[in-house]
Amino acid sequence: MSALLSVRDLSVDFTTYGQTHQVLHSVSLDVPAHAQIALVGESGSGKTVTMKAIMGLLRQPPAHIRSGQIIYDGRDLLTLADSERVALRGTAMSMVFQDPMSSLNPVFTIADQMSTILKYADRRLGRSRSARDRMVRVHEVLSQVRMRDPERVSASYPIMLSGGMRQRVLIAMALLSEPALLIADEPGTALDVTTQAQILRLLKDLVTQRGLALLMITHNLGVVRETSSYVYVMNRGRVVEQAETATLFSSPQSDYTKSLIAAVPRLTGGTHYGTVMP
Amino acid sequence: MEFLSFLVKRVLWSVLVLVGLSMVIFVIARVVPGDPARMALGPRASPEQVATMQAELGLDRPLLQQYALFIEGLTRGDLGKSLLTERPVNDDIRETFAATFELVLCTMILAMGFGVPLGMIAAYWKDKWPDTAVRFFAIFAAVTPSFFLALLLQILAGYVLHLLPTTGRLPNALEFEASWTGLLLIDSLLAGRLDVFGEALRHLLLPSLSLAAATMGQMARLTRASMIDVSRQDYIEAARAFGIPEWLRVTKYMLRPSFVPPLTIMGLEFASLIGGAFVVEMVFAWPGMAAYGIRTILQKDLNAVMGVVMVSGVFFVLVNLTIDVLVGFVDPRVRIRGRR
Ligand SMILES: Nc1ncnc2c1ncn2[C@@H]1O[C@H](COP(=O)(O)OP(=O)(O)O)[C@@H](O)[C@H]1O
Ligand SMILES: [Mg+2]
Repeated sequence: MSALLSVRDLSVDFTTYGQTHQVLHSVSLDVPAHAQIALVGESGSGKTVTMKAIMGLLRQPPAHIRSGQIIYDGRDLLTLADSERVALRGTAMSMVFQDPMSSLNPVFTIADQMSTILKYADRRLGRSRSARDRMVRVHEVLSQVRMRDPERVSASYPIMLSGGMRQRVLIAMALLSEPALLIADEPGTALDVTTQAQILRLLKDLVTQRGLALLMITHNLGVVRETSSYVYVMNRGRVVEQAETATLFSSPQSDYTKSLIAAVPRLTGGTHYGTVMP
Repeated sequence: MEFLSFLVKRVLWSVLVLVGLSMVIFVIARVVPGDPARMALGPRASPEQVATMQAELGLDRPLLQQYALFIEGLTRGDLGKSLLTERPVNDDIRETFAATFELVLCTMILAMGFGVPLGMIAAYWKDKWPDTAVRFFAIFAAVTPSFFLALLLQILAGYVLHLLPTTGRLPNALEFEASWTGLLLIDSLLAGRLDVFGEALRHLLLPSLSLAAATMGQMARLTRASMIDVSRQDYIEAARAFGIPEWLRVTKYMLRPSFVPPLTIMGLEFASLIGGAFVVEMVFAWPGMAAYGIRTILQKDLNAVMGVVMVSGVFFVLVNLTIDVLVGFVDPRVRIRGRR
């Protein structure tokens, strides 16, 4: 079966101060269409670098993609021209940013930021719509992320919104142009546990309703359990284990996965595997 | 609301500062050696004549009483009589202020209009040759005294290349009365006199360029630092991930949040612009208030000096208040919380 997104043997180096070290070692993972996949690993294991490589956001240098393929919808993204990659951003694949407090521009209204994203996404897709129609779409998506008062929210500056609301805005931004794949890099980890749980539930509902593919990046096995059906475990730039989510929890194979699972109850103080739902 | 109370506080502070300024200048002007009456009358005047004039000017009274008289005049909007021109200081300042205002305004526009884009260019090509060039220019502009630059430009552009006029605000032959705002650029347009507008602009270029250079360098440096700082923010990376084109990220998403530091410093730089205007007005025979101030200081023309200083002070306060409002417009965080 061919996946919507398939990362094949991806190796990435970073060069800083003349020192080169390898950050990703032959990473492979598949995200089939409509599937919810998790990539889990502790901080520094290379999750964000993987995500950036997929989105085409790695700055080269300092990064260098040594080898590998990133196949999306049958095309190897690494062989595309820059303009072709940019054309996919926000339209074929979108990402949900981790920190809602710092990922929105503080000096423009939500409406301004969202309609600008939409305007250029439309342009890349060869569509056009009036400024008024763009606002209609912005309000529509804001209400889809369960924002109670879309008109008021869109007229606000980020500083006027709570963290949870800003995170919803970031999700709405990712959804504006109906991408087929959503990549969420530790969404909501900057928020309190209750709000984070709401955000995760919202994401899961949105993805299920629309039949999107989701790559959920997290360091929290509880999140994996709640949001995904298949999981890749990453450690020090390597995929050390992959399995159906249920299988991973019932019979983990690698020592690293076992230690991750063992760590969860202690961290959250509960008896279950770090369930984030209150 | 926070912003409004912030502005009100600023206004109240400014009034206090102006009162303080008036006291300091009043004392300094009287402590500096030299007798105004003697200087006005010349070395051949008799001691009696000098004494009479001192009494006329109130210089024989106690300092506190002199200050009270000055403040009393100020509240009536009367700055007294100038010894140098033997006219009311009010009239002198009214005639010269517009020339300085136009010069300084043009200077600020030049400093911002070129400094900010230069800073953007340097930040965009950080550590590449355009950055090096801009940084070199900024340092060069900062260390070049404005009188030197004024003379240099005057000789080069005026006498050698014959590109631009080197003295005054308009050619003598041109008949024009700036009767609405006193600003030639505006009044000439209001009167539909494009010839006057063009000449006024040509006359403004060299003086305002000499005055603007240092501030322009300062603006370029500040904008560069600010843009580099903002370019590392998550929201710029996010804009990239959402497919916002690069030119828009630089000119909109990065520029606006970067704009507050240079804007704020512009207000403070204003004080040194007034200082620099003294020199530049002398070199270019610009009939402005700063040149008037210099001549009156040399004559110990107390009323005129006080008048010039107070008007400059009010001017400074108003410019900074305008900038406070602009900052609130540029950065909504200031408007909403009263700070960044
Ligand atoms: N810009 C960079 N320059 C140098 N090294 C980097 C850079 N970004 C990431 N790395 C390195 O890559 C490794 C993986 O980082 P990252 O993908 O951010 O981890 P994670 O997202 O799993 O917490 C880290 O060891 C980090 O030092
Ligand atoms: Mg990360």
